[in-house]
Amino acid sequence: MKFGVVVFPGSNCDHDAYHVVSKHVGQPVDFIWHKQTDLSGYDALIVPGGFSYGDYLRAGALARFSPVMKAIKDFAAAGKFVFGVCNGFQILCESGLLPGALMRNSGLHFVCQHINIRVENEKTPFTSELDAGEVLSIPIAHAEGNYVCDDLTLAELEDNNRIIFRYCDENGEPSNEANPNGSRSNIAGICNAEGNVLGMMPHPERACEELLGSNDGRDIFRSLTKAVERMEGK
Amino acid sequence: MKAKVYVTLKPSVLDPQGKAIQHSVELLGFEQIADIRQGKYFEIALDADLSENIARQTAERIAKDVLANPVIEDYRVEIDR
Amino acid sequence: MNNFAITPEVIATHNLTFEEYEKILKILGREPNLTELGVFSVMWSEHCSYKSSRVHLGRLPTTGKRVIVPPGENAGVVDIGDDWCVAFKVESHNHPSFIEPFQGAATGVGGILRDVFTMGARPIAAMNSLRFGHLTEDKHANRNKSILKGCVEGIAHYGNCFGVPTIGGEVVFDEAYNLNPLVNAFALGIVRKDQIFFGKASGIGNPVLYVGAKTGRDGIHGATMASAEFDEEALEKRPTVQVGDPFLEKLLLEACLEAMRSGAIAGIQDMGAAGLTSSSVEMAARAGTGLEINLTLVPQRETGMTAYEMLLSESQERMLIVAHRGREREIVEIFNKWDLDAVVVGKVVEGNRLKIFHNGNLEADLPVDKLTDEAPRYERRKAKGERRKLKTKNRKPKTEDQNEALKMLLASPNICSKRWVYRQYDTMVRTNTAILPGADAAVVRIKETRRAVAMCLDGNARFVAVNPKIGAKLNVAESARNVVCVGAKPIAITNCLNFASPERPEVMYSFSEVIDGIKEACEAFQTPVVSGNVSFYNETDGRGILPTPVIGMVGLIEDTHKIITHGFKSEGDIIALLGITNDDLSVSEYAQTILEFSTDELIETGEVPEINLDLEKKIQDACLNLADECLLKSAHDCSDGGLAVAIAESCFSSLNRKATGAEIELKNERLSTESLLFSESPSRIVISFKAEDLERVSAIALENNCPFEVIGKVGGEDLKIKLNEAEIVSASTAELENAWKNSLENQLGVEN
Repeated sequence: MKFGVVVFPGSNCDHDAYHVVSKHVGQPVDFIWHKQTDLSGYDALIVPGGFSYGDYLRAGALARFSPVMKAIKDFAAAGKFVFGVCNGFQILCESGLLPGALMRNSGLHFVCQHINIRVENEKTPFTSELDAGEVLSIPIAHAEGNYVCDDLTLAELEDNNRIIFRYCDENGEPSNEANPNGSRSNIAGICNAEGNVLGMMPHPERACEELLGSNDGRDIFRSLTKAVERMEGK
Repeated sequence: MKAKVYVTLKPSVLDPQGKAIQHSVELLGFEQIADIRQGKYFEIALDADLSENIARQTAERIAKDVLANPVIEDYRVEIDR
Repeated sequence: MNNFAITPEVIATHNLTFEEYEKILKILGREPNLTELGVFSVMWSEHCSYKSSRVHLGRLPTTGKRVIVPPGENAGVVDIGDDWCVAFKVESHNHPSFIEPFQGAATGVGGILRDVFTMGARPIAAMNSLRFGHLTEDKHANRNKSILKGCVEGIAHYGNCFGVPTIGGEVVFDEAYNLNPLVNAFALGIVRKDQIFFGKASGIGNPVLYVGAKTGRDGIHGATMASAEFDEEALEKRPTVQVGDPFLEKLLLEACLEAMRSGAIAGIQDMGAAGLTSSSVEMAARAGTGLEINLTLVPQRETGMTAYEMLLSESQERMLIVAHRGREREIVEIFNKWDLDAVVVGKVVEGNRLKIFHNGNLEADLPVDKLTDEAPRYERRKAKGERRKLKTKNRKPKTEDQNEALKMLLASPNICSKRWVYRQYDTMVRTNTAILPGADAAVVRIKETRRAVAMCLDGNARFVAVNPKIGAKLNVAESARNVVCVGAKPIAITNCLNFASPERPEVMYSFSEVIDGIKEACEAFQTPVVSGNVSFYNETDGRGILPTPVIGMVGLIEDTHKIITHGFKSEGDIIALLGITNDDLSVSEYAQTILEFSTDELIETGEVPEINLDLEKKIQDACLNLADECLLKSAHDCSDGGLAVAIAESCFSSLNRKATGAEIELKNERLSTESLLFSESPSRIVISFKAEDLERVSAIALENNCPFEVIGKVGGEDLKIKLNEAEIVSASTAELENAWKNSLENQLGVEN
């Protein structure tokens, strides 16, 4: 099993993702420079947070032209796992691997704080170790996390259980007050139709140790590891 | 030859920054403001010997492929000789 | 250009005095050309030469067994064990932040980050100390709001994009900072002991490389701007403000660290204030070498730039690197991988001359050592300012209800929660932040070890204004106490000394006294000064700021399991006070908020608390001993707002912790109720611990000769304080917390 953490110019959560995979999940992992086009040998890719290309133009907009993106599309099409966090989610939307877009937070400011998200679908490669309805405490840190999509897309996401996480209060209620950025329908994370590409704004890699205030993020990485094991077993 | 590209949010998309600007403008005492929407403006310097048609096509493609996100944004191109 | 006449007006616009110009003539033995005059003017500016402060700075203690790099380099470096070191520094960006708050604060962050990674250290934490005028009830309130918003957004923009967590600092409001905001940025990085780099141009024949962003006409004469007073016209100088590019700086960081690991770098220096000029002069001066630079080769963003403009440009995100001869290709390749320019622009030569060529002409030929060593040094006149000694008027407090008073204090600008500010900062990137902003000190763990580093940035200008020497001691003591409260042993400081014009004797007097106070306190705590910065001329239209030293204290925690936070944890835990409360209300938040003294009145009428450094040390030692024995459930510094505020803050909720109440019973015949609750006596820490540990805790306090008094226990939903059996405070914690939590948003007029 091998993980890869994609590094764009301006990625800055790459080391954090690497740390979690190597230290807390205990799996082999490499950094993948954005000019790399050969992804053979990898089973799961993490597209980490940060400010790829300074987030100039739009968050994630310029990263989609990096050479590695073509390879990531093929990688995803082959059924392998792609996990975008924060800027990674923005890049996956910009490149069309996930539907919708992430706009400026409704409060206009960058927001960094621990928030709660509810697991909406536990039957995915990213959530199999979690329970449906489980509330996770995971930090967010973004200025463009306001998920938007048209009605048709929303219906499609809902009908196919592709909304994986929703912002909620501590009791699991997806209220307006618990929505930190104005995201449509409190959406915090979604997956593609095939279920092997996940994007989410909260940072599970920042919630893998008691020392940092929460280890609720670990089960997401553990789920992914199990999914890779299952795929290898086939 | 210069191409001017205007990128704006689609009318159906909420623009929180535009709303904030509108709020400030109203606080300053400007009345009769129905709406303010924020957008982006680009100037692309093109080779002088291009035909206007080619210049427009080039700028349109750049706008469509790079400058605007079709999920949330529209664009408009003007060509200056 | 070279024939440009050097008239008295030209000399004056370069902020050089007639005497200084005479000295230049003597050094050169001829008239300088305009380019050379420009070089002298920036190198001899207050900002670069420390000409007014140098004679005093020498008195600061700068050595110690942990000090690896003392002041004089881009940042100080301190040993934290197991071959790891931390590099850190604080620097002011006051003047640019007034002119253009967003970019001014942003480039302040950029500059301090470069100072740290120039040493070979990867930045792992940033903090900033911000001072503004009041946001309400002041004729400058609207301006102050927009300066605050701009600065905070600028810091967030730069730090968040760069990928360093901004984990603490302070935000202070006082009318003294109307039109003179202070923005002091701190950064700390981690580096292996054998991987430290220096800003030295050593090795005759070694190539000099220019790396990073292209040069434009940004910020020409920023260094001289930062060395002059402000008036309304200064706003017209807006074009000289530099624009920062945090994305480019992130690439520069990665490229520099990679190039350093390659072993091809002999020396490296950030191009900060006075850009190419100061970086080349300082690198050559430290190595005792000469330099030849060809400006024609410098990557340029604009066309038609003169030698003068290129030498004085303050374009951001640039570095000067001296490579080992023959290895320059490797460096160029690494920088190109990161899409950055890296160009050989000159070489290290024998002798002491800095020779600047442009388009084939020799544009400047100057002796390096004279630009630095012979920079003017002034023993400026100092005289104690006359206190007008206003009679203390017996003021009626705004309220005699102590519940009300406590709530007002908790909502007062300097005590209320600064969540609105730090929520905009990425406080967690790099996944090391063990204590988030809002605590006594911030803590980042060091992944490579079991250890953690604590840090805080503190100033207390009102105390310093009343008595600069005692004020400075109080300031250092509080910052040491703050890191002690999270379980860290104080190891070293950096300081940023913000003052008004050094040409005024009373300013120089307080500066000199502050140095003596810092020296005495740093010796007592064995925390040497390893880096720092002086910012003079913080005045507008003749009105200066309060003397404002800001201390950046760094402490070490040997085991991340022994980190202490300030919130009360469990029902039934005992609350105790380490230290003694005295009648220290005359310069306090209570006097300002409840008695409604203006800052001027406080300074004219008040007295600073006494500080006994021996006692302070005992209290800190006791607290560290308790932390080391894992006996503490919480510890919180008792300072602004006094005991009642400290206890209330420990009751408030935090991550994974609900709010709690406390029952306090005080016995005292000596002090007034107000003093007991709100006095700002130093050397006090509020702790809590398990009831069963009482005996051990009091024994440890006794062993350390630390005053120790059990004052109550944790529990309930209200904060109740009794004095000699009579109830003086009884308020719901939730209500107090709301007053404290939402106040800043209310002052700013924004939604929570």
